[in-house]
Amino acid sequence: MASKGIRDRVAIVGMSCTRFDEHWDKSTDDLLVEAAGEVLASAGVAKDDIDAYWLGTMASGMSGMTLAKPLKLGTKPVSRLENLCATASEAFRNACYAVAAGAYDIAMAIGVEKLKDSGYSGLVLPLPPNDGTTADLTAPALFSLLAPAYARKYGVTEEKLKEVFTRIAWKNHHNGSLNPRAQFRKEVAPEVICNSPLVAGPLGIFDCSGVSDGAAAAIIVRAEDAPRYTDKPLFVKALAFVAGAGGGANDPGYDYTTFPEVVLSGQDAYTQAGVTDPRAELAMAEVHDCFTPTELILMEDLGFAPRGTAWQEVLNGTFDLHGDLPVNPDGGLKSFGHPVGASGLRMIFECWLQLRGEAPPERQIHTDKTLGLTHNLGGYPGECVSFVSIVGSRPSE
Amino acid sequence: MSGILGYATYLPHYRLERKSIGEALGGPPAKGTRTVASYDEDSTSMAVAASRRLLPRLPGDLAALQFATTAPAYLDKTNATAVHAALGLPPGVGAYDMGGAVRSGVGLLAAALASTRRNLVVAADIRSGLPGSEDEREGGDGAAAFLVGPGEAAHPVLAECLAVASATGEFLERWRVPGESFSRRWEERFGVHAFLPHVGRAVAAALAQAGVAPDDVQHLIVTGTHARAAGAFLRMSRAKAEVLVDDLAATVGNTGAAHPGLLLASALDAARPGAVVALVVLADGADVLVLRATEALAEHRSSPTVAEQAAAGRRVAYADFLTWRGMLPRQGPRRPDPVPPAAPPALRSEEWKFGFTGSRCRDCGTRHLPPQRVCAGCGAVDHMTPERLADVPGTIATFTIDRLAYSPSPPVVAAVVDFDGGGRYRCELTDVDPAAVGIGRRVEMTFRRLFAAGGVQNYFWKARLIGDAAVPEPQGV
Repeated sequence: MASKGIRDRVAIVGMSCTRFDEHWDKSTDDLLVEAAGEVLASAGVAKDDIDAYWLGTMASGMSGMTLAKPLKLGTKPVSRLENLCATASEAFRNACYAVAAGAYDIAMAIGVEKLKDSGYSGLVLPLPPNDGTTADLTAPALFSLLAPAYARKYGVTEEKLKEVFTRIAWKNHHNGSLNPRAQFRKEVAPEVICNSPLVAGPLGIFDCSGVSDGAAAAIIVRAEDAPRYTDKPLFVKALAFVAGAGGGANDPGYDYTTFPEVVLSGQDAYTQAGVTDPRAELAMAEVHDCFTPTELILMEDLGFAPRGTAWQEVLNGTFDLHGDLPVNPDGGLKSFGHPVGASGLRMIFECWLQLRGEAPPERQIHTDKTLGLTHNLGGYPGECVSFVSIVGSRPSE
Repeated sequence: MSGILGYATYLPHYRLERKSIGEALGGPPAKGTRTVASYDEDSTSMAVAASRRLLPRLPGDLAALQFATTAPAYLDKTNATAVHAALGLPPGVGAYDMGGAVRSGVGLLAAALASTRRNLVVAADIRSGLPGSEDEREGGDGAAAFLVGPGEAAHPVLAECLAVASATGEFLERWRVPGESFSRRWEERFGVHAFLPHVGRAVAAALAQAGVAPDDVQHLIVTGTHARAAGAFLRMSRAKAEVLVDDLAATVGNTGAAHPGLLLASALDAARPGAVVALVVLADGADVLVLRATEALAEHRSSPTVAEQAAAGRRVAYADFLTWRGMLPRQGPRRPDPVPPAAPPALRSEEWKFGFTGSRCRDCGTRHLPPQRVCAGCGAVDHMTPERLADVPGTIATFTIDRLAYSPSPPVVAAVVDFDGGGRYRCELTDVDPAAVGIGRRVEMTFRRLFAAGGVQNYFWKARLIGDAAVPEPQGV
């Protein structure tokens, strides 16, 4: 990989995350005002102190004015970014680069999505006029393509795989039940998950993340400036991004048991951060559990488990809240729903809480490890964008 | 010598058991089945399905593709152009519709037999009526295509034309008002009165023209828009039972403009060299074609035969049939309505959208679906050769059943297909039992109407299972 990385050159000094919910009473503007106000308070700064803004939203507004208008910014640059479901991560990545480059002293990355006003089930992508030849399959159907391929390759029966998916959904709902910001804050019994109505392939309703509204934000400064804002900054160790060329969806060599884009972005991030054994070195990971098979595959793609074994690790509880490597301790997309433009920053927000020891006691991870990973994916198996960040509570030796 | 140089037919996958109509609506149980075009088929897609079977036999000097139907997908715009594009015919080949009337089907055939050039003529129809009607019960859906014209060594005549005769009359027996989904008819006995003189005249003229005696006819086909008049003519003709060609009423139903061709194909499936075939069609008068099978027929019969297709198929519930024909709209999922394709991108990708033509890199051989300018294998730019994959079979790499996506016939079944010789594409499966899908199953491509939206028929290709090779499920944990 040719990326050099900006390890420890910038730090997060403030974060915020609204509750993710069906916010019938809140507009995109309301969510932005709420997330921006809280992140400014978190960092102890005023909006005029912020030099530049990066706004992530897939379809809740066009241009930087989507943020400038409700916040009455007026004189500041605001970039608006879209990179499918990795939109918020992309806003964060670009804000970090601007500060690392020295172009600005202090920047805000903020992501928002207002999905529930559409009235539809699931996500609806705004597509340009086209020739009508793409089969209009839903996201759960496209991700469910992973299930039979994985089962066949590793000799796992459909029943066993369903149990694995159920365990992932159960774990994430358990974690979400402990999180006041989650959309769903109830435990769900495994038999309820397993017997939920089928949506696509073997995936039932409870194998799918929900649809919600939300916003999240971060304030980024140069690492050396961080102590002026907080004595517990999070240092940015790695930012990796891969936009797939759609190879898998058109390449018979791709077998639908991996996301090559995730493997590449993960390797890039580990190189940037100097991580050689992610399973041993990471305190926690927030990954893109849009559907339960996605999380299963990600455990292998991100190097948390050898190929063909993640299903056993899931059942063994390796990725539980107090397992060997807690994955989605905040409840994940499963409990939060997936406001596309906000999810990536929501993941980093959980690292912010956990690595600073500020998560509520009932889900605080107790570890002396200092690194957290977030993974955010947009698109589908065979054709996706993938983002991986690593943040840490201590600068490198 | 002019005549039929090739023929092929298409019967859709679904069958409606006629007794299911009575079970739903009351009334006496009717016998037999009728063919049913699936929700993703229309007269254009069925015309493609039949014509495709003639692709290997089409000559380089084809004059035109001519298409007849009473159920056109579009008016004003020619429907034969979509068939033309799906077959990948050169732009120099004309494409024309014969619209509206049932009689157009036999009319096309008669005109092509009189032409000095080689033409591809195809008739396809979807025939139904109001729920509980005779037309709904006795109608059928299907298509028949013929390559017609003067023979040559590479394209020998399979059935030589001996005579074409017509008797035309103007009378109100069956008619349909544009825009309406059902036909109107006059009292049934009136039709017998109106048709019979015309049939007698046309048959006599044809036999005289052909120089054959009634008893020389070895395959007699009598069909048309009026079953009772056809039956009356048969009784008067005193034709022997063994020469009568089954009119497929019990299994297929009457496929309207396609039916004369379908029955002629059925006769050619069985005719011995030298056998005389007479096709008598009652529609707004009568048309009679007399042909004689040649020695070449035995080598060039169509596959599958009409009988093989009529015997296959899968049952469709009456409620689904009604929904597919627009008679019983149903609540869909909470998803946006499909967006119609836009004209400029559809034009730019005509070969892909209609011909399922991808590209192959001249440098490294990598195949691309849809066609690409930059090679995914070696990065070469604009070193591509177009390759039509519509006729290439493939294998399922993985699959799913989408219960959330919009479909007039949920659930949507989709698969990732790896094509023989390279190339992968993810597409819908059609005519499929979801339980039969598995990794490793073989598929072929079929031209369908994915959906209609905003007045636009969105045509593209889907995959369909072939063979029945069961793939063993993995043994294990």
